[in-house]
Amino acid sequence: MNNALIIGQYVPGESLVHRLDPRTKITVIFFFVFIVFLANSVISYSVLIAFALTSMFTTRIPIRYILKGLMPVWFLIIFTFILHLIVTNKGTVLIDILGFSIYSGGVIQGFAISIRFFLLILITSLLTLTTTPIEITDAIEDMLDPLKKIRFPVHELALMMSISLRFIPTLMQETDKISKAQASRGVDFRTGPLKERVKAVVPLLVPLFVSAFKRAEELAMAMEARGYQGGEGRTKLRELKLGKRDLIVFILFMIITAALFLTRNY
Amino acid sequence: MRHKIVEFRHVSFRYGEEHPWVLKNCSFAIYENEAIAIIGHNGSGKSTIAKLMNGLLFPQEGEIVINGRSVTQDSIWDIRKDVGMVFQNPDNQFVGTTVQDDVAFGMENRGIERDEMVRRIDNTLSAVGMQEYRLTEPHKLSGGQKQRVAVASVLAIFPQILILDEATAMLDPRGRTDIMKTVTRVQDQRHLSLITITHDLQEVVQAERVIVMNEGAIWDEAAPRDIFAKKAELRRIGLDIPFVAALSEELRKAGIPINREALNHEELLEELWTSHSIM
Repeated sequence: MNNALIIGQYVPGESLVHRLDPRTKITVIFFFVFIVFLANSVISYSVLIAFALTSMFTTRIPIRYILKGLMPVWFLIIFTFILHLIVTNKGTVLIDILGFSIYSGGVIQGFAISIRFFLLILITSLLTLTTTPIEITDAIEDMLDPLKKIRFPVHELALMMSISLRFIPTLMQETDKISKAQASRGVDFRTGPLKERVKAVVPLLVPLFVSAFKRAEELAMAMEARGYQGGEGRTKLRELKLGKRDLIVFILFMIITAALFLTRNY
Repeated sequence: MRHKIVEFRHVSFRYGEEHPWVLKNCSFAIYENEAIAIIGHNGSGKSTIAKLMNGLLFPQEGEIVINGRSVTQDSIWDIRKDVGMVFQNPDNQFVGTTVQDDVAFGMENRGIERDEMVRRIDNTLSAVGMQEYRLTEPHKLSGGQKQRVAVASVLAIFPQILILDEATAMLDPRGRTDIMKTVTRVQDQRHLSLITITHDLQEVVQAERVIVMNEGAIWDEAAPRDIFAKKAELRRIGLDIPFVAALSEELRKAGIPINREALNHEELLEELWTSHSIM
């Protein structure tokens, strides 16, 4: 049942993007979010689109799958487009319906913003599609390392994240078990008015919480018994290594950024 | 005389001022390389003993000495290096997101170098027969497999004492025999003291010595065979008699002479066919 469970939307693979160091991916995406706003001409937009599409194809994840994942944001993209169409009043009037004018500037602006929006979402979803949650956790822990100086609990945060990731499937299996147990006692989760169905969740949540607390307590004891005493002096098995390919990706990304600066205003 | 590795000196413990005493003036010793079983019904204080041994709890009275060191707030981190513990619930002691991460957890806590960790993961996982599951996530493992990983994670830090605190209570019969076999094999190879805490008399068979707990006090301390002989008393303190022991008792009642207390099916069989040949 839960054997096929995938946390997040990670799609296993061996592509170049999959094998990149998660820190590289996060850094590139972080800067991509900024350079997207540099584009203001057809050529500069083409550079961005080319970069995003090339990244997408190198993941070797079926395109249909990626686009399906973007489904919920399509609405938002179209909404932004229409909003700009209506609000902007620059350029020449294209159509005039009942006092509402659609300007050429609106069309251009709408397209530009929608493309930016689409590119941002596409690139960020490529991160979660090609990186396991635990890799992302490790990368965040490593990148937030300087914050330890101001006593920010980086290690604790990362440990909390990895323990939650480890327990998600366990708690889902448990939810399944409890809901079956309660259904066998006559609780109806599926039919009836909404109010009744919401009420039916209570006998599911209460045992789930009770057992989660018990688990937490036992886990804490097991961790202590195994010598856990905080992040101080700890070594790590999972290692992040920057390789040649990370360097290449960085250089490539810098070239693209430079190209963007050059093609701006053209 | 063998070297004493665990010693309880007049230990008494209770969870709070207004709570009843869980342990009352307990004194015993466990020796190097010894396989010992602590048995008792629920609430007899046997699990408390385990938690006292590695400083998860501290006694109100008396002293506990592990490997020459008294268990105090200052010494617990050193003591926990020597005392490995496997708990009852397979899920609630699995910290890592994969098998190898879980085995690494204890080593990471002790600041062991990465190369050494990788080596020890290999060794300990093959010792418990879980090598091919290195990268498997916990929810894809059975209870017995998770407990074997728990044993491996404890072994990775080379403890001198291995405590199984009802480690097989939540497993099916196959998982149970698997774990017991694994642990016995490992104890042979690594020369460690094995403390099995259980309420199942069947599991004390492999022990050299059994401590029977009742109502927070040591009720008896003897070899498994001698313990098995006291069936009526064991029943009285709430322990189930294993099938073989019950059968030999019935046979005796039926007038068949059984001289030696049988610990398992083979021994009973041996006893039966030899006894008739003498007659």
